[in-house]
Amino acid sequence: MTPRRHVSREIVIDPVTRIEGHSKITIHLDEQGEVADARFHVTQFRGFERICQGRPVHELPSIMARICGICPVSHLVASSKACDEILAVSPPPVGADLRRVMNLAQLVQSNALSFFHLSSPDLLFGFDGDPASRNIVGLARENPRLARDGIGVRRFGQQIIEWLGGKRIHPAWVVPGGVDAPLTAEVRDRILATVPEALAATERALDWYKSSLARWEEEAARFGDFPSAFMALVDVDGTVDTYDGLLRVVGADGRLLADRIDPRPYWEYLGEAVEPWSYLKSVYWRQHGYPDGVYRVGSLARLNVADRLGTSRADAELEKFRRRLGRLPSSSFHYHYARLIDILYGIERIEELLLGPEILAPRVRSRAGVNRNEGVGVAEAPRGTLIHHYRVDDDGIVQWVNLVIATGHNNLAMNRSVLQVARHYVKGDQLEEPMLNRVEAVIRCYDPCLSCSTHAVGEMPLRIELLAPDGRLLAALQR
Amino acid sequence: MTRPRLATVWLDGCSGCHMSFLDMDERLLEITERADLVHSPLVDQKEYPEGVDVCLVEGAVSTEDDLRRIRQVRARTRILVSFGDCAVTANVPGLRNPIGPEPLLQRAYVENATLNREPPSQVVPGLLPRSLPVHKYVEVDVFLPGCPPSADLIYQALDDLLEGREPRTGDARFGR
Repeated sequence: MTPRRHVSREIVIDPVTRIEGHSKITIHLDEQGEVADARFHVTQFRGFERICQGRPVHELPSIMARICGICPVSHLVASSKACDEILAVSPPPVGADLRRVMNLAQLVQSNALSFFHLSSPDLLFGFDGDPASRNIVGLARENPRLARDGIGVRRFGQQIIEWLGGKRIHPAWVVPGGVDAPLTAEVRDRILATVPEALAATERALDWYKSSLARWEEEAARFGDFPSAFMALVDVDGTVDTYDGLLRVVGADGRLLADRIDPRPYWEYLGEAVEPWSYLKSVYWRQHGYPDGVYRVGSLARLNVADRLGTSRADAELEKFRRRLGRLPSSSFHYHYARLIDILYGIERIEELLLGPEILAPRVRSRAGVNRNEGVGVAEAPRGTLIHHYRVDDDGIVQWVNLVIATGHNNLAMNRSVLQVARHYVKGDQLEEPMLNRVEAVIRCYDPCLSCSTHAVGEMPLRIELLAPDGRLLAALQR
Repeated sequence: MTRPRLATVWLDGCSGCHMSFLDMDERLLEITERADLVHSPLVDQKEYPEGVDVCLVEGAVSTEDDLRRIRQVRARTRILVSFGDCAVTANVPGLRNPIGPEPLLQRAYVENATLNREPPSQVVPGLLPRSLPVHKYVEVDVFLPGCPPSADLIYQALDDLLEGREPRTGDARFGR
């Protein structure tokens, strides 16, 4: 489908440009001056899969959280679930519910960061808007309500994490076997008191987004609009389940490729391909091969894969979403819309869990030693399905680790989306700022966490290069 | 008097220190009213400008890119703050130092890969033999430890620095 494999042999990347930026995009032109290929490169690497080797398994949740400061709780949860398997224990039901609450708080705050702080400036000022204003500071000046709502919704999630775990980033409260301490009535009530304002702020943002959506028809049709499979976790009834679900994969034609299967033997379904030009591996649906096995994960995938979200306001919004965009919206532009519904779901579900009659129960942790040598933990991170896989010796010393991170699932789709945007907006050998911003914005739709995805960090000072068929640099643009 | 120019830079860290910066919540808007945020992962100005008054640097120096950038930041910045434990001690990125980069790349791109099993070598910057704290390469003016430093601590330090006072970093603690 894409000419990537044929063209890649012809591309020569100048080594001087290799040192520019943490992630970059290259665009390749064919003989006719048309865009033949475009690539998204991620350029840092930390090697968590190796640095944990030789350390006691009980250290892993806290170390793994440091993969990412944006979604540390996702790593805490997936890591602790893998450790549960190694201990051969199930957390007490309330321990599991408290983990769910924190995981959902993470979902809310991370989605808020993506939508309000990072993407909404494009939607407010337009993709052609002044680059100096297109940020959270400009947003606060132009639309203070929206900016404060964004800060408020993000704080809602971060505060829950702090009140439960003692700090907002890298709390050590989720542990193998459950959580470290039971919930107090005081904290429960404090969280519940913040729910109404968080719901109201999210609904205001949804109204604003829906009313502005018509402005972005052209972008919606170009920002990664192609058929692909979608993957997410659902419970036995097909309702989204971000903590403990089963794997469901919907094909591009809407038919199920897999339904409610155990996600733990992931290697049977998923392959991990390396490209020589990026530290980010591309995960693919094995049955369809590489690169045809492209699928998407994250907020849009959760809405597309699940039958329902299971909370009233979010399901009402999901219904409107489907009426407007169809049952399987295929444009990655709609990640933004999906992210807001995801937030609504997260807030409602947190409230529901906290109102559970047993939620203050004191038994929240199961204790055991090492009873198995291998464990896989799977949960939904804000950006999609997250997999931690460990092997330990009989003393619990880590021997081997593999991590499959949400942004890796989306890597093929991101590259395809960059190509689609470049083909539409890049004309001949001209490069202009709005085109640059659109290429950047399509990546932003996926909210890629480069910190997570290469278990490394990547700030995104984009450099875009236009290369002639012979590899000659025609133009370069950097911000 | 012109407004102070503030920047934040993210080298080899997890971005948790930047998230803690955002955790100042509304105080973030107050800070950006008092100072111009001229360069940061949060704004679109991506070339590090000249004449920066205060820069918070998150992360250790781990790649050729990081090294080039930190030297540029130092040359263009009046007060450079080592922001968080990775910048101050190399912390988690430094866990690779006794192992070396090769086994890390082998694990991720050979052992734990299904297809094209070879470490990436085009376009991506090479890893330095060791991941080191910022002050091993350039002079640092202020150390702000924490994993991450709390939002209150960040606010207090920025408040002092923007007012030209010696920053109070007394409650800073490693690992906290």
